[in-house]
Amino acid sequence: MSFPWAEHYTPKMPLMRWLDERLPLPRLVYNAIGAGYPVPRNLNYFWNFGVLAGFALVLQIVTGIILAMHYAPAGAIAFQSVEHIMRDVNQGWLLRYAHANGASFFFIVVYIHIFRGLFYGSYKAPREMVWLLGLVIFLLMMATAFMGYVLPWGQMSFWGAKVITGLFGAIPLVGEPIQQWLLGGFAPDNAALNRFFSLHYLLPFVIAGVIILHIWALHIPGSGNPTGVDVKGPQDTVPFHPYYTAKDGFGLGIFLIAYCLVLFFAPNYLGHADNYIPANPLSTPAHIVPEWYFWPFYAILRAFTVDFILPAKLWGVIAMFASILLLFFLPWLDKSPVRSGNYRPAFKKFFWFGLIPCVLILGYCGGAPAEEPYVMISQIAAAYYFAHFLIILPLISKFETTLPLPNSISESVLHGEKQEAAPFGVDGTKPATAA
Amino acid sequence: MVRLIGFLVGLGFVGVLMISFISGAVTFATEEKVESVESRFHKPVKDVHFASDGPFGHYDRQQLQRGFQVYKEVCAACHGLGLVAFRNLQDIGYSEAEVKAIANQWQIEVPSIDPATGEASTRKAIASDNFPSPYANETAARAANNNALPPDLSLITKARHHGPAYVYSLLTGYQNPPANLPAENRPGTGLHYNPYFANLNIAMPQPITSDGQVTYADGTNATVDQMAQDVAAFLTWTAEPKLENRHRTGIAVIFFLLIATGLAYMAYRNIWAEKKYR
Repeated sequence: MSFPWAEHYTPKMPLMRWLDERLPLPRLVYNAIGAGYPVPRNLNYFWNFGVLAGFALVLQIVTGIILAMHYAPAGAIAFQSVEHIMRDVNQGWLLRYAHANGASFFFIVVYIHIFRGLFYGSYKAPREMVWLLGLVIFLLMMATAFMGYVLPWGQMSFWGAKVITGLFGAIPLVGEPIQQWLLGGFAPDNAALNRFFSLHYLLPFVIAGVIILHIWALHIPGSGNPTGVDVKGPQDTVPFHPYYTAKDGFGLGIFLIAYCLVLFFAPNYLGHADNYIPANPLSTPAHIVPEWYFWPFYAILRAFTVDFILPAKLWGVIAMFASILLLFFLPWLDKSPVRSGNYRPAFKKFFWFGLIPCVLILGYCGGAPAEEPYVMISQIAAAYYFAHFLIILPLISKFETTLPLPNSISESVLHGEKQEAAPFGVDGTKPATAA
Repeated sequence: MVRLIGFLVGLGFVGVLMISFISGAVTFATEEKVESVESRFHKPVKDVHFASDGPFGHYDRQQLQRGFQVYKEVCAACHGLGLVAFRNLQDIGYSEAEVKAIANQWQIEVPSIDPATGEASTRKAIASDNFPSPYANETAARAANNNALPPDLSLITKARHHGPAYVYSLLTGYQNPPANLPAENRPGTGLHYNPYFANLNIAMPQPITSDGQVTYADGTNATVDQMAQDVAAFLTWTAEPKLENRHRTGIAVIFFLLIATGLAYMAYRNIWAEKKYR
């Protein structure tokens, strides 16, 4: 599961030799994220985000487990128990703000990680399994984050839970029984809160398990790189440790600075004021919005306003799920043999001037009230989103003339990272050729 | 095959979205745009600054004590402060003896059980009690307030957009309804016009009405504006009592991280020197 020139683990201390013969755990770590894993030497900073996502998961699990020691998942006291954490638990305010903002930063990091994969063709052969497992992690993350947001039992928690489980109610015939089964009642209450707490505690460990598979699948072909060219020999790679551990250390520092600036100086900026009002089933908030990381999907959900054969609500629900499910088919929709967007001029234009603005606009509209002109704008953007993946991308991959690829990674490195790895336009459209 | 199905599915979604868009656009173009009365008359919060603003912000203890005095003498008649305990007042500069006295003399007693008979009764508050609610329950609160419910104020500055500025604007924003306000939006019985409130008409009567309504212990001139600012500052503290810890810790953490990240960068350059930075 590695290149032939990978360094081999040789235990130096007698204790490690003893352990290696009985339980080769150090060897596993060495081969997975140590010097035994050869990595292309031309990775740019976009390749830092996988490690950052792993760090964010650990951060969420550690803060979450301590929070769970003080939190009470019962409708009558959940809100007070969160305030108890904020006021009376030692450093409780730090734990809770770290956890709440940690979720947001987890999503920021994972979104960049996903879009890096989309641009550099990381979903293509032979890394399809890495991509599919990554999407499974993303779905699990969304479920975990949604249930976590319900736990403080504020107004947005309650009404968010009601709206999202209500989506299942749009399914014909079986919708309502499914919704009641999910909630354990007709509306979110103690039963729902308790099961959400239980699952919110469970799913992160499922995510950790799928991450192990994700990394395992990655290690079969090895990491991709900004040129998308396969590794040809030892001159193309460096050992993960110390080269990328050092780079990831620096990346982690930058990540932590950004995270701590929000955590310590604007901890409620990414949240909603209404969630500091205790849940009240008799009072509906003026605008029910999910957390910011769901806004693009929320915009797609609300973009369907006309009953065309099916009810508009059902269209919205189908489209929202389809917007993620279609990503599972991406490796077979985009058949271009060239991986990296840097060598695909048409793809690159549609990516930077189509997909990225489209997703940002959907995000903005999802957070805005469901009024014109936001609905019309999100209808255009949602149409582009589906067209991009299901129509434009397959057509591009068929008709595009790609630029000549460099002969090898090490050859491209001679031009410097800027030229090879810049996502768009730093070096114009001139491809890297052997100097 | 995958691409053919994908193409058809894509066309389906795009088609339905376009139908939705066209029908929305037609409605948008043909129907007259009605701007809601609320959005026409609602005003954005006033520009007001507090000592706790910004990354180096800290509470002005003197101001918090004045704000507490306003809460005690004005707001507490209707609004609870259920998440704050009397003992917490030591954090804003009251001594232990003062806190005991404040709790002991609090105008509302704490629900309790008569030790002799076991029947429900009340007793004087002690320092470890949270501020008691002025009403026994929601029904009692609504009955006493023309069916409006005075919210608990512990978290009010975090539960409203623009927090303290909103509280300040609301308290100083009572005015006569403008002449061009439509009749159906004029305040009914028991309602009061306030353009800073979401639907323009608020059930709470103007609480701070005249200068000198509270006689400040520290001799500050108690203008309406001063009292509104002080109580907004006090409610910022009740919502976020650990703000100063947070700012202090944050500055130390950022300082540490800048150094650590600088070192990490140098280590990164150093390790890669022979590979890349020749």
